[in-house]
Amino acid sequence: MSALDPIILDLILLVPLAGAILIALLPDRFKLPNWTALITTLATFALTLHLPAHFATGQPGFQFEVNVPWIANPAIFYHVGVDGLSLWLVVLVGLLAPVGVVASWNTIQTRRKIFYSLFLVQQTAMFGVFVALDLMLYYGFWELSLVPMAILIAMYGRKEGPQAALKFFLFTFIPSAPLLVAILWLYARTHTFNFADLQYQVASGVLPAGALYWVALAFLVAFAVKVPVFPLHGWIADTYNEAPVALAMVVAGKLGLYSLLRFHVGLFAAQARTLAPLLMVLAVIGILYGACLALVQRDFFRLMAFAALSHFSLIVLGIYGLTFLGWTGAVYQILSAGVVEGTLFLLLGALENRFRTSIIPSYGGLAARLPRTASYFVIATLAMIGLPMLSGFIGEFIILSSTFTLVGRGWAVAASFTVILGAAYMLSLVQRLFYGPESALAASKSPSSLDLRSGELAILTPLVVLMLVMGLAPSLWLNSIEAGVHPPPRTAPATQRAVIVSAPAGAPSGSGRSEGPVVVPATAAPATQSSPEAQP
Amino acid sequence: MNEPLHLWLIPLFPVAGFLLNGILGPRLPKRLVTAIGVLAPLASLALVLNAWALTTLFAAKTCAGCGPGTAVVLPYAETLPYPWLAIGPLHADFSLVLDQLSLVMLLVVTGVGFLIHIYSAGYMRDDPGYARYFSFLNLFLFFMTVLVLAGNILLMFVGWEGVGLASYLLIGFWFQKPSAANAGKKAFIVNRIGDLGFLIGIFLLLGTFATLGFFQIHARLAMSPGWHGGILTVICLCLLAGATGKSAQLPLYIWLPDAMEGPTPVSALIHAATMVTAGVYMIARLHFLFDRSDFALGVVAIVGAATALFAATIGLAQNDIKHVLAYSTISQLGYMFLACGVAAYSAAIFHLMTHAFFKALLFLAAGSVIHALDGEQDLRKMGGLRTKLPVTFWTMTIAVFTIAGFFPLAGFFSKDAILYAAFLEGAGGRILWFVGLLTALLTALYMFRLWYLAFLGQPRTPDAHPHESPLSMRGPLVILALLCVCGGWIGIEHFSSYLGPATAANRALPSGNAQLERLLSAAAVGVALLGWFIADWFYRRKPDSPARVAAALPVSYNLIANKFYVDEIYGAVIVKPLLMTSKYILGWVVDTAILGGIAWLLAGIASLSGMILARWQSGNLRSYAAWLAAGAAVILLFVLLATWPHAWSSHFFRVETVIKLRQVTVLHFGQVRH
Repeated sequence: MSALDPIILDLILLVPLAGAILIALLPDRFKLPNWTALITTLATFALTLHLPAHFATGQPGFQFEVNVPWIANPAIFYHVGVDGLSLWLVVLVGLLAPVGVVASWNTIQTRRKIFYSLFLVQQTAMFGVFVALDLMLYYGFWELSLVPMAILIAMYGRKEGPQAALKFFLFTFIPSAPLLVAILWLYARTHTFNFADLQYQVASGVLPAGALYWVALAFLVAFAVKVPVFPLHGWIADTYNEAPVALAMVVAGKLGLYSLLRFHVGLFAAQARTLAPLLMVLAVIGILYGACLALVQRDFFRLMAFAALSHFSLIVLGIYGLTFLGWTGAVYQILSAGVVEGTLFLLLGALENRFRTSIIPSYGGLAARLPRTASYFVIATLAMIGLPMLSGFIGEFIILSSTFTLVGRGWAVAASFTVILGAAYMLSLVQRLFYGPESALAASKSPSSLDLRSGELAILTPLVVLMLVMGLAPSLWLNSIEAGVHPPPRTAPATQRAVIVSAPAGAPSGSGRSEGPVVVPATAAPATQSSPEAQP
Repeated sequence: MNEPLHLWLIPLFPVAGFLLNGILGPRLPKRLVTAIGVLAPLASLALVLNAWALTTLFAAKTCAGCGPGTAVVLPYAETLPYPWLAIGPLHADFSLVLDQLSLVMLLVVTGVGFLIHIYSAGYMRDDPGYARYFSFLNLFLFFMTVLVLAGNILLMFVGWEGVGLASYLLIGFWFQKPSAANAGKKAFIVNRIGDLGFLIGIFLLLGTFATLGFFQIHARLAMSPGWHGGILTVICLCLLAGATGKSAQLPLYIWLPDAMEGPTPVSALIHAATMVTAGVYMIARLHFLFDRSDFALGVVAIVGAATALFAATIGLAQNDIKHVLAYSTISQLGYMFLACGVAAYSAAIFHLMTHAFFKALLFLAAGSVIHALDGEQDLRKMGGLRTKLPVTFWTMTIAVFTIAGFFPLAGFFSKDAILYAAFLEGAGGRILWFVGLLTALLTALYMFRLWYLAFLGQPRTPDAHPHESPLSMRGPLVILALLCVCGGWIGIEHFSSYLGPATAANRALPSGNAQLERLLSAAAVGVALLGWFIADWFYRRKPDSPARVAAALPVSYNLIANKFYVDEIYGAVIVKPLLMTSKYILGWVVDTAILGGIAWLLAGIASLSGMILARWQSGNLRSYAAWLAAGAAVILLFVLLATWPHAWSSHFFRVETVIKLRQVTVLHFGQVRH
């Protein structure tokens, strides 16, 4: 037990915020905002490393927990904590923050104070999403994570920033409204925002199943848009294309995926189980659809967007297989995707900054002039397409093999086509950027300043080493992830008999789960309240 | 056996060479780069030889009188102290296993690999990417030794994918050439198609045996001797898909001819001697699975025989010296598959070994020719090199006679063993034997064609001034030529009895007699002589006759010269439709029109209602917030109303009433339902 333990999460949340305020106060001179942001993010990253260092592996439940009343009525608590599920995601956010600052170092030249302040606020919001255990607190952080993103996309978009920001706004804010309603409804029924209490109450069946179905759906849609899950991915291509790379590398994926794990399946196990087949279909479609579209993109940021859709869909497949292995693989794959895509975004951002275009056919033959960029890019590409001994393989293998052996062979086989398509679009990208005869674009610049600078190398080299270590010694991460992974059973417990509790007037009977008779497990509703009277 | 063999060092030396040359290479002096690059495989070779000597000596000591068997010491396993992947039921170690099979394979890989590293020092001397080249070559050796030593199928997959990566990097070594970059990408993607099968095979093994270790799978199978076919057939076919990709068999062979874009020593090492034989090695390694499925074995044999004949036909009409050799490699790999398919795994590995010698030699000699002619690869522009390049000529001659199957060169023994094993397999086996014999004829024909065109006759490009290669290139040629001559003398009987503990099929193979064997050998040598004679007729005595034949049979000639248009067919049937569908149907119709349209429609409705509501818009932030809150409240109310029985009951009735109400409904509906 370290002295820092009780306040470490507070520090992680507050340090970026303090940095943001400091940047706002300091003058925008020299590289002052950049350095302040870099030091803040590095300090935060160091703080996040405290978590795994003092994490009690194998101990279930939340650690580093803080739970103090915040608002009396409604009863909102400042309740934070991490378990195996969120532990490494917090570290990942911490790691990607300095990467983002380095990626913005030369790209962001105007209004740096606003940029870095908002960037750091965004960090706090993301940390908050991963550590919040009070649903209202969580919602606050969730919304907070969207705002700086939308503003920064609008301000720093490459070509059509405001439009992309509007699209992002429409896609992500609108589903947040039902999410809020759903959270409030839960509060109205249970008088608590506490995650563990809610989990217990939802599972115990005291809440009406019909309404819970809609509540769970509101949660699901809000998260699925943020992942994104096919067909809710409409915003991702424009956002990747327009957002500053520092934000593009964090905008999609982990927030939504973590929320699906914790607050959709974790909270609404029965409801998630009924929807799992649908989500697996969407995931498999997303995997193949994203990969096929990535094959034919002309802009590398858009290519990355569809590649991300494909990769995140694979993680969704792992989540909704509802197996222990699938969840572990999913968390590991979120980490790997974060590192790999962060690296690729940093490299692509560097190219875009140097050559002022993201249109792939303009490039070609860069490897001769930018050997280091090419080497790092190829390594990250290999990690992305799941070459064994690099990070991408572990999660992909765990997800696909567990889906194959435990869930359904057809799903796994269809999803496995990603190994071919992924290789196809990524290697084509490598070829079109780096190989072949030198393009006019490459020849037009003086070669002296083109390749990666020492600052970029200083951050890329650890990332590449990390990919290798994650591929060779996954146990370093998996051991602590395992403790936090509790997927609900794939099938409802066998002892349960479905009993019809009530039927809303006028609803057609027997029409399934939505409008029809509400089916709840027999052990659920009467268990706490009515079982004494049920056996007279 | 008490002495540790330090197997883990065998892959470690090459990977150290890769890191040193890869990271520091451009800043190191060239001599140091060469030293690192060449010493790494030498160290591995020394370790392998050490392991071979120790196991043989120990076996001889402890088991004096019980023959040359090394079964008392092998297999020998080393497992690194920490597991690679250990989560729930998934468990994979870094476990390295040395048995007779992996030992022979390692001798070939590190031995031939070392020779080709030396050769490369001469061949690549003036290339600006010298250090990069050696680092990639060492990387290949690392992955190849991992593949061979792997004690479980997941670790084998590491090597399997890894050699594919090294192959990708080395084919595209001269990345400024679009053709080289394309060829590398094509090789990787086509291999990935096979790897999909391999991966599914791994999933099936995991699901069926709940383990990935070769020993464990073997042991579980041994416990149920009556288990044949079924899921085992599916597993074998999936793994075979992987093997057809890596070993360039039908229908996934198309990447190998393109792979000739790489430097010639790479073609010799990776695309002839070692990597492409990984599929054969994998089948031999997992022979206990394939033995349980006659159907899968039959498919292996048919794929092998068909590929052997098909590729040999194409080899007849290629004009690029390396392309002839590439199709020859595909064809010879087909022989090895054929051997595996008739459960003659020892014969397959025997041919794998001799093929590594003669095909590496052929490629290196071809490389020497190309080097001498400053990059010229077209056979039609060569000729008369016999006197200019004597060492190259004589070593090449040995290699040509070896691959054609003349007694007493290595190729004779191994090819003979395969054809003999096929012949004994009943009526189907006779067909396989006949296809093999026909392929032997074509092999002799295209190899002597190459020999005549390149070395004999008059120079066709008078202004060329070929020069013999440096010692570093001639040395490996001579050593490989010696191996070609002597490599087969061990004989298939000794070879199979050595490999026996690792690869003996657990079913009785039909036995023949010595007379039949001699007869079949004579037939094989006979067709080789016939092939030589035809080549002699066409390319020495009547040099204008090939053109006349081509003119007389335009359709067949074009078909063969254009490689049966397989690349074009794949392009038109698979690649084009995939890209077109992605771009137009998925990209334009689904993503832009349908999904984008729905999004715009929703946005349109929103803005339309916005216009209607515009009168309420004040531009005042506080009123917006109020509206937002009111909207949320309305939705909340709506949700509460939608689920009125529960909502109302919990708010307005006491708990007991609710319970009673529920009981009533439960009972009521329960009666109705039951």
